Amino acid sequence: MNKIIYKEQLSKDVFLMRIDAPLIAEERQPGQFIILQTDDDYGERIPLTIADANIEEGSITIIFQVVGKTTTALSMMKTGDYLPAFVGPLGKPTHIKNFGHVVCVAGGIGAAPMHPIAEALKKAGNRVTIIIGSRTKDLLILENKMKNIADELIICTDDGSYGRRALVTEPLKELCERMEKPDMVIAIGPPVMMKFCSLTTKPYNVFTQVSLNTIMVDGTGMCGGCRVSINNETKFVCVDGPEFDGHQVDFDNMIARLNSYKNIEGQKQKCFVEKTFKAKEVVL
Amino acid sequence: MSYRSPEELSAKAKELIVEYVDKCDSLKPKERTQIPAQEMPTQDPFIRRTNLQEVAIGFSEEQAQIEAMRCLQCIKKNCVMDCPVNIDIPGFVNKIAHGDFEGAAQIIKQTTLLPAICGRVCPQETQCQLHCAVGRALKDVEKSVAIGRLERFIADWERKSGKRALPIIKPSTGKKVAVVGSGPAGLVVAADCKREGHHVTIFEAFHKLGGVLRYGIPEFRLPNDIIDHEIETLLQMGVEIKTNFVVGRTRKLIDLIEKDKYDAVFVGTGAGLPIFMGIEGENLVGVFSANEYLTRANLMRAFEKEKADTPIISSKKVAVLGGGNVAMDSARMAKRLGAEEVYVIYRRTEHEMPARKEEVAHAKEEGIEFRFLENAKRIIGDEHGCVTGIESVRFELGEPDESGRRRPIEIKNSEFIVEVDTVIVAIGNGSNPLISQTTPQIQVNKWGNVLVDATQKTSLDKVFAGGDIVLGAATVILAMGEGRRAAASINDMLAQQIESERALKNSYAL
Repeated sequence: MNKIIYKEQLSKDVFLMRIDAPLIAEERQPGQFIILQTDDDYGERIPLTIADANIEEGSITIIFQVVGKTTTALSMMKTGDYLPAFVGPLGKPTHIKNFGHVVCVAGGIGAAPMHPIAEALKKAGNRVTIIIGSRTKDLLILENKMKNIADELIICTDDGSYGRRALVTEPLKELCERMEKPDMVIAIGPPVMMKFCSLTTKPYNVFTQVSLNTIMVDGTGMCGGCRVSINNETKFVCVDGPEFDGHQVDFDNMIARLNSYKNIEGQKQKCFVEKTFKAKEVVL
Repeated sequence: MSYRSPEELSAKAKELIVEYVDKCDSLKPKERTQIPAQEMPTQDPFIRRTNLQEVAIGFSEEQAQIEAMRCLQCIKKNCVMDCPVNIDIPGFVNKIAHGDFEGAAQIIKQTTLLPAICGRVCPQETQCQLHCAVGRALKDVEKSVAIGRLERFIADWERKSGKRALPIIKPSTGKKVAVVGSGPAGLVVAADCKREGHHVTIFEAFHKLGGVLRYGIPEFRLPNDIIDHEIETLLQMGVEIKTNFVVGRTRKLIDLIEKDKYDAVFVGTGAGLPIFMGIEGENLVGVFSANEYLTRANLMRAFEKEKADTPIISSKKVAVLGGGNVAMDSARMAKRLGAEEVYVIYRRTEHEMPARKEEVAHAKEEGIEFRFLENAKRIIGDEHGCVTGIESVRFELGEPDESGRRRPIEIKNSEFIVEVDTVIVAIGNGSNPLISQTTPQIQVNKWGNVLVDATQKTSLDKVFAGGDIVLGAATVILAMGEGRRAAASINDMLAQQIESERALKNSYAL
C-alpha cells in the first residue's frame, strides 16, 4: 500500500502525484518506470514512467494523462489515499554518459519521462538542447523545469498558441542540418511522434533513442505482452527496454499492438465515468 | 465412456460400501484388486465449458473409503519412493479406508503443507501411481490406487471442517530468511523455515501470491480459495509477506543480505520467460504467449468481463500451439471465454504429448479439436496487423530424438491455411532472467537455469534456489521437493551458525 502524499493538476487531463515509496526512490534511475493498480482485485496493471524521486522524503513522482479507466480512477484519488499496488523500479535505466550534444525531443506527456533523463545528461556534462511540443498551450507541461536544464529550449505548439507554430520534427530537422549535427537525439512522446522523429533523423545518421510505451501486464518479462520488433528481432519493452534505437523499431507493428483493446477500453472508461457521476448525483 | 453424474457415482458408492465396510482389515489382496476403481465425479462437459468452476468435484466419503480399501498396503512401498516428497502414502490411505479422515490428515501434513494443491495438479500417473502394485496386477496404470484423488479428498475434507492444523513452531531464533517468489517452492521453504523458529519474509513481484498456481493454473483446475487457504496458514504461522516487491529491481538480492541483514535467501522465481517460435507474424495483434493469455484470464480475472479492467481478446477461432499442460489450460480457457473453435496444434501424435491424459480427456470432452502431426510455419495477418490465420505444414514421425520421442519430420509442400483470429503459443517457458541478470555472482547454465549443488545451494554464499528457476519449466510437486531440500539446507546452515555463536558467547563468559 503506497500513500499519495501530493497531488497537482498540470492541465486539463494531466496530473502530477508524489507517492510514498522509499525503496523505489532509493533504487530508481532515470528512464525507469513503475506499474500500479487502483484496485488489486479487478484493476488493470498500468506502467507509468518515474518523473522524479526524492530520497529524503522517500517519494517518487508520476505524471500521467487521463486516457482510460485506470488513469481516470487515479485522477479522482486524493492526497492521503492509498494505492493498493505500486511496483518498481522496472526497465533498464537510461545509459547516461557524456555524448557531447544531445537533443531531447519531448512530445506532450513525454516531457515527464524526459525531465529526469535531460537532467542526468546535463549533470554528465552534455550540451542539452530541449524541444518540447504539444497540440496547444494548455497541454504544455514542465516548461520551467526544462528551461532550468536546457542550453537551448525550443517550444512548439501545433496551433501556434505558444512558442513556434510547428511540429517538433521541424526544429529537429533544422538542428540535424546544422554544420555540427547533434551527437544523439532522444525522443519521447506518442508513438507516431517518435516514429516521425526517427524518420527525420535517419537521413542524417544521428543516433536516435526512443522510449516505448507499450501495453504491459506484469512488467518483469514473464508474459511477452509488451514485445516489439527491433530490427526484426523480438524484444520485451519491460526488460530489454523501454529505450531502443528508433531507427530499428517497427513502429507500425508497435502502434497496431498498442491499439489491441481500443474498443473494450473505450467502453470501460465510459461505463466508469457514467457510474461515478451517477453516484455523485445520488450523493448530492 | 458415457458421462455419469456426481449424484449417480455417490449413490453407487453408498450401496457398495455396505458390502466392504466390515471387511476393511480382512480383505485378501485378490479381493482388493477386484473392488471397482472409483470414478472421479466431474461437472457435465457441456455445462462446465462455459464456467470457471472446478471440473473435478472430488470423491464422496464413501467413494474415498472404497478407493482406499483397494490399497494392498505393500511392504515394499514403491509409491512412497516415487513421491518427490515421500509422503507416507500407505499410512494415510489406510486411515481413509477405516474412515479416520482426521488421522489421514495428520499423516499427510507431516510431510506436505499443500495437499489440496498436489492432490489436484500432480502428475500422479508418472509418480506415486506409476508402480502401484494394484495397477500392475490389473495391467493398467490408470487402475492404480487413486492416490492423488485420495490426498485431495483429505485436504478438502479438512478445509471444509473448518479446522486448520497449524504446525508447531519452535521458539524464535533471531535469524532471518528471505524467500523470493511465492510459488510452490517458495511457499514450502517459507513454511519449513518458519517451523524452525526463523523469521521468514516472502517477497512477491505480483500483487497476489501463489506464482504459477495463481497466474498459470486456471480456477477450473485449481480454485483460488484453495491457494488463499494455504497462504492463510502461512500468515497464521507468522510468515511476513511483501507483495509488489521485485527482488532484483526494488532491492538487489545482494542488498537483502548486506543491507537488510537476511541470513539466508531462497530464490524461487520460476519459469517466467515465454518461449516463442520465432516464426513470421508472431508479433501480430492476436498472438499471445500462454503466460500472457493465462495471466490475463486467471490473475487479472479477465474471465469476469464485466468486473475486470484487464481486457482479453474476444476470439472466435483459436489455435493453441503446443502439447503440454499449459497448452491444455490455454485451450480450455479459450473455450470458456467463448471461442467457437479451439484447435490444439501439435507436431507429434497424442502418444507423445507431455500433457496429463486426464487434461487431454477433459479438453476433448469440452469440444476442443486436436490436430496432430501439424505445426504452424508462419502466422498471417491483415492490413491492420491483426491475425487472420496460420500457414500450417504437415509432419510425419521418424526415429526417436534425445528426448526418446519420435522426431517429427516436415512433409515438403504440404502447406495449408487454417483460419484463426487468435494464436496462443504454449511451447514452453524458460527461467526468468531477472535475478541472474541483477546478481552477477549467481551462476546459471546456458538456458538461464540457476546452478545448484545437491543441497540446493547456489554459487553465492547464503543463497539457495529451487523449482522451475533451477529445473526449467517442470511441475508443482518437483518445485516443492526442491523447496523442501533447500529449506533443510537453510535450517542446517542456520542451526550451525546459532551453535557457533552460542559457543563463542560461552567462551567469552568463561
